[in-house]
Amino acid sequence: MDEQKLDGNAAAGVLAEIFTFEITTARSTCVNCGATGEVGAQMAYVSEIGTVVRCAVCDNPLIRIVRQDAGPQRYWLDLKGIEYLQLQERL
Amino acid sequence: MFDPAFGGVPKWMYSRRITTVGGIGMGRGFISRGFRGKRRQAEADDRVPPGQYLVEGFPVLSAGPTPHTPLAEWSFAVEGEVDEPKTWSWEEFRALPSEEITRDIHCVTKWSKLGTTWEGVPVDLLLEGVDTAAAYVVAFCDGGYTTNLPLEEAMGGKAWIAHTYEGEPLPPEHGGPARLLVPHLYFWKSAKWVRGLRLVTEDEPGFWESLGYHNHGDPWREQRYWGD
Amino acid sequence: MTDAPRKLTWRIGEVVETSPDTPRTKRLFLDVPGWEGHRAGQHVDVRLTAEDSYQAQRSYSIASAPEDGRVELLIERLEDGEVSPYLTDEIRTGDGLELRGPIGGWFAWDAREGGPLFLVAGGSGIAPLMAMIRHRQATGSGTPVRLLFSSRSYEDVIFREELERLAAEDETLQITHTLTRSTPPGWKGYDRRIDEEMLGEIAFSPDERPLVFVCGPTPLVEAVATALVGLGYEPTRVKTERFGPTGG
Repeated sequence: MDEQKLDGNAAAGVLAEIFTFEITTARSTCVNCGATGEVGAQMAYVSEIGTVVRCAVCDNPLIRIVRQDAGPQRYWLDLKGIEYLQLQERL
Repeated sequence: MFDPAFGGVPKWMYSRRITTVGGIGMGRGFISRGFRGKRRQAEADDRVPPGQYLVEGFPVLSAGPTPHTPLAEWSFAVEGEVDEPKTWSWEEFRALPSEEITRDIHCVTKWSKLGTTWEGVPVDLLLEGVDTAAAYVVAFCDGGYTTNLPLEEAMGGKAWIAHTYEGEPLPPEHGGPARLLVPHLYFWKSAKWVRGLRLVTEDEPGFWESLGYHNHGDPWREQRYWGD
Repeated sequence: MTDAPRKLTWRIGEVVETSPDTPRTKRLFLDVPGWEGHRAGQHVDVRLTAEDSYQAQRSYSIASAPEDGRVELLIERLEDGEVSPYLTDEIRTGDGLELRGPIGGWFAWDAREGGPLFLVAGGSGIAPLMAMIRHRQATGSGTPVRLLFSSRSYEDVIFREELERLAAEDETLQITHTLTRSTPPGWKGYDRRIDEEMLGEIAFSPDERPLVFVCGPTPLVEAVATALVGLGYEPTRVKTERFGPTGG
């Protein structure tokens, strides 16, 4: 049992610092295995060093985020693991 | 609760300029009354690099799932820009001479632990006799994590492949069965679940180095992020 | 995306009430100026700052219904915790608490989504599910809901009295408890960890295509989610919130 493995929803906070729209309900397609699902349903590894959202099927990193707080506030965002994101208005 | 001196704003809402330990801090605003946190103050200890605080526990930070490679399937490799790649099985690796060492470790997320005890095989021993023109090394791990170093920073008694922590086999959440240990750099360079070292002629930024973290990572020069 | 885009920012809520619930838990009620509301199931991030600017941050599910003006958090005091002991032992009415939210639209339920609704909670994992139950009640929704709630003992059942009252008043809300460490005299209910057999007896039939929300400690969540998929529930209709090592 991996205590550091959380649901993708756990990345919602840091994602909301960057995106103004809801990412956890967006559907992502993994470049590695092609699995498609809501970002919230993937696996999230969240700690002070950074956040990594990984494909629930193949563990490939979908989203990687690093945030620098002190001095300038900077973000580094890697979305290379996502083939595309589908966003749909909530009914 | 409302203090007229603050123009009717509740007292808990006004912001205050505060200073950080050891330097000028950014005005952080709100302070949580009575909150101290669990860390211990560094108290101008010259063993604690700038911006760090001491912790009692050993925090676990992960970028991915904890691997569980069975020891029968585990191997360690020295490969890349070498005449002869080398590999060791777990038995062969554990048959190599190990050193017991005690070191301070420093995480880029600001916690430090002093006097941690490890046992591991010096990287110098694993690279003994290796003929190479490479100036850099990439440590690669189960789960895909990588980190990079100048080769000379992994040699000269500065790095180990550690299998024992505090007298016990290294637990999986801390990188067991074996992790790279390079305590003179920020601890993200001490790659958990290490499976080998690849010698390369051109530097290859690793998992965190390619996403904002400093390529070198010297805690004494506070090399945390790009441009530091 | 229907909501106006806005950046998530830190703001300060006022603690207007604190109330112990079980021996290990406390309810915090916050008045957050400008709170735009939330969906049942969402959480907030809470941030504590010490005098020397050291900070610690944790996520807590919102236990109150969206219809309630206040934000209620359910705090479980972790023995080795850094944030939870402050929130259960130190913070008091009138204090400020820095937070941001609401966060996490994926693990959320609106009454208009219907159901039936199957909720599985372990300990303080009841918090976001309580928001759903309260929201359902506030909207007068008749969506059938079943709650399977695992707690250590009878005294440790969080929101026990309110749940009993709600279930007594509403036959479409069915609550089943399981107590894993000790049971009171005369207890006739489940007395073990949730397993596939228990789920088979309590949950809606997979044919009814329930919406399922599971929340609590990671081992419980994983065991339940795996068992539900094994019983034939649609994985896309089973949503999980693992609390991880720092509780929830």
